Amino acid sequence: MTGHVFHPGHHELHGITVVIETHGPRTYVGRFDSEDKEGLHLLDAGVHEATAGASSREDYVRRSAKFGVRAEHKHLIVPAHEVVRITRLGEMPQ
Amino acid sequence: MPYNPALVAPMRQEMTHMGAKELTTEAEVDAALGDQKGTMLVFVNSVCGCAAGNARPALRLALDHSVRPQQIVTVFAGQDLPAAARARQYFADYQPSSPSMALLRDGEVVHFVHRHQIEGRTPQSIAADLTSAFDRFCAATV
Repeated sequence: MTGHVFHPGHHELHGITVVIETHGPRTYVGRFDSEDKEGLHLLDAGVHEATAGASSREDYVRRSAKFGVRAEHKHLIVPAHEVVRITRLGEMPQ
Repeated sequence: MPYNPALVAPMRQEMTHMGAKELTTEAEVDAALGDQKGTMLVFVNSVCGCAAGNARPALRLALDHSVRPQQIVTVFAGQDLPAAARARQYFADYQPSSPSMALLRDGEVVHFVHRHQIEGRTPQSIAADLTSAFDRFCAATV
């Protein structure tokens, strides 16, 4: 079963855990599923909200890279117009 | 919902053929991981082709290295649900993902490979990281 893929024909990031930075205070980390007119669909995703007293976005991402993604949402949609940058979590420093 | 057992059988066999002991019940997990001594790699198997399809051959490559864990065990996420959940309790500081790998030494997690550290990488690249961890944590102390 080496290299066997169960879900061919999907978005190039399908199945990849990504960090999505937005124009607003929220940063999302989760497994990219697809993109459609509603936005970017993430599975098993966590959300960081940059508010007073909260840990920094950088700390949240670093912690996710080291200890894994705390999946607070089974499925969520990030509106495409909010997205600033998408990065693979595996490329982020721990 | 678990996949058809016949569909995942080759993925189980890929693990057992490289010498991993399959743990399919909570009791088997506790027997292997409870009071664990020495070095052990726990491979959390998965049907996901884009990640597990590289993680299994990566481990097979890494196990050719001269330094390796004393024991290799595996649980199957999404298939043997209670066993996988039980195993994850032994590395509860790490969020569940599959496939993933935990390297234990005397019951302590000394190295962890998350799914996001597997995605999109070649088996050779993943194996290189694994063998580096084996050298660091599994080499016999003199």
